[in-house]
Amino acid sequence: MLSDSDFLAVWLTLKLATTVTLLLLVIGTPIAWWLSRTRSWWKAPINALVALPLVLPPTVIGFYLLIAFSPNGWLGQFTQSLGLGTLPFTFWGLVVASVIYSMPFVIQPIQNAMETLDDRPLEVASTLGAGPVDRFFTVVLPITRPGFLTAAILGFAHTVGEFGVVLMIGGSIPGETRVVSVQIYDHVEALDYAQAHSLSALMVIFSLMVLIGLYLFQRKGSRSVMRYGV
Amino acid sequence: MGTAISLAFQLERVDKNGHPFVLDFKAEFPATGITVLFGASGCGKTTLLRAIAGLEVTKKGYVQVGRDIWQNQELFMPTHKRSLGYVFQEPSLFNHLRVKANLDYAYKRSAKADPEFYAQIIELLGLESLLNRFPAQISGGERQRVAIARALLVRPKFLLMDEPLASLDEVRKQEILPYLERIHREFEFPILYVTHSMDELMRLADHVLVMEQGQLREQGDPVQVFSRGQVLEEDTGVILQGRVAEHDQQWHLVLMQLQEGELWVRDTGCAPGDLIRVRVQARDVSLSLSPHTDSSILNRLAVEIMEIQAGSDPAVAQIRVKAGEDYLFARITQKSVNQLGLKVGMSLWAQIKSAAVIR
Repeated sequence: MLSDSDFLAVWLTLKLATTVTLLLLVIGTPIAWWLSRTRSWWKAPINALVALPLVLPPTVIGFYLLIAFSPNGWLGQFTQSLGLGTLPFTFWGLVVASVIYSMPFVIQPIQNAMETLDDRPLEVASTLGAGPVDRFFTVVLPITRPGFLTAAILGFAHTVGEFGVVLMIGGSIPGETRVVSVQIYDHVEALDYAQAHSLSALMVIFSLMVLIGLYLFQRKGSRSVMRYGV
Repeated sequence: MGTAISLAFQLERVDKNGHPFVLDFKAEFPATGITVLFGASGCGKTTLLRAIAGLEVTKKGYVQVGRDIWQNQELFMPTHKRSLGYVFQEPSLFNHLRVKANLDYAYKRSAKADPEFYAQIIELLGLESLLNRFPAQISGGERQRVAIARALLVRPKFLLMDEPLASLDEVRKQEILPYLERIHREFEFPILYVTHSMDELMRLADHVLVMEQGQLREQGDPVQVFSRGQVLEEDTGVILQGRVAEHDQQWHLVLMQLQEGELWVRDTGCAPGDLIRVRVQARDVSLSLSPHTDSSILNRLAVEIMEIQAGSDPAVAQIRVKAGEDYLFARITQKSVNQLGLKVGMSLWAQIKSAAVIR
């Protein structure tokens, strides 16, 4: 049913989504923490910046990234100075683009969970001798775990489903940038509907399972941590 | 200096309702026993306690506990580095952890692991049967006991308790007070205990700090502080301290020897020779020019009038009288003052309708 190149695309998609999700959890957690605690004037603009990929067409993000990644762009200059070459049409280019594209889906659930976290447990922990890092791992993380789980699931699923940005900056290089959504597009362009069907059905089933799992889990946790629809 | 606790704080802020609040507090008190921080609600007791713990960031502050300086002009030690225990007003357990894990959280972070001490605390607060429960599965009183045990397991140099009984009903309060008294007997570390309850103060205090509108108003031995004047008018009263001289088993009374005179009080299980404290409220004291022996009132003391104060109610006067070294307050009407012709320096009789034994 699935060809070798289809499997390669599936594998690449999973690798991309996993990498992006892990990176986003690491980058997003401090940002979410800051956004949930700060009273700074900067909160509103930073919130808006994080949410921007929700409303922008993927082509716009892709276009600006393409410019930034180009040999004369500031990101391009930076990666070249590190000896990494340029990012367009590479796997790591896709990673950077997806991190930006999926950022709101990871930061917002974590931020929402952290905003409902009372100061009291943190104060208690510090009176019991726990320093800041200790407090994060023993108090913040266990209490906000549902938010983190939602964030990871949404970030992963959203990266799997991305298309426009990939097309703009990744193209369709097998094993490097040809993810499932691009593979389906290529099949359709080649009028190979049967192959397109198999992969598309796979995507529908995967997405449905993820969302059913998410809603079941949220109902159990009873508190909605998803502010925006997917 | 090694055996005292010194505090000084200056803090100005605007509260939620836009009222300015000023904390300007300076005190030094012994680093032993229970010091009760007493004052009406909203006078800044909690803010002060939080400042001592470093939970409230104060630029102008000084905290010294024994030889350790926690805060001064140059230094602000973060809360987790201060060797303190803190019991919050509402029992603040980690709801995601079982009782045992809550206790272990403190135990693991304490200066030295001592299984014997751990066992002693669990025994002292009667927690054995609760260890495997989650906080949501136990009562409010039990939760507060766990919170107290957890604070003790830190082995603090200074234990701060912010109205630990305020969120509990009367039955639960009476359930926890004996545990507090046991802690007081068995451990050496100083405790600063915040309350606005006269009852708790009388039962627990070795030393008292009276706070009013962010400032220290009086401090000292509770018996002395509360014989000096009206600390809280509606609650005016004194504490008398004396030894049990005699035990009347037939009528379930004990005779308490004062410096001059004696009082019959209810037998609460004390033995002759015990030092007990009783509380006498102004509204339970009346004055007469001659000793009435035909009255139902058992207790009569020969006193001298020291001071006649006007009450906030124009009909009422508050008379401060002296019996030997002890003071009493009597609340009577202005009309009686006039009819009996009461004046400072007069000798007469105080009749005490009731005296509650507090410890």
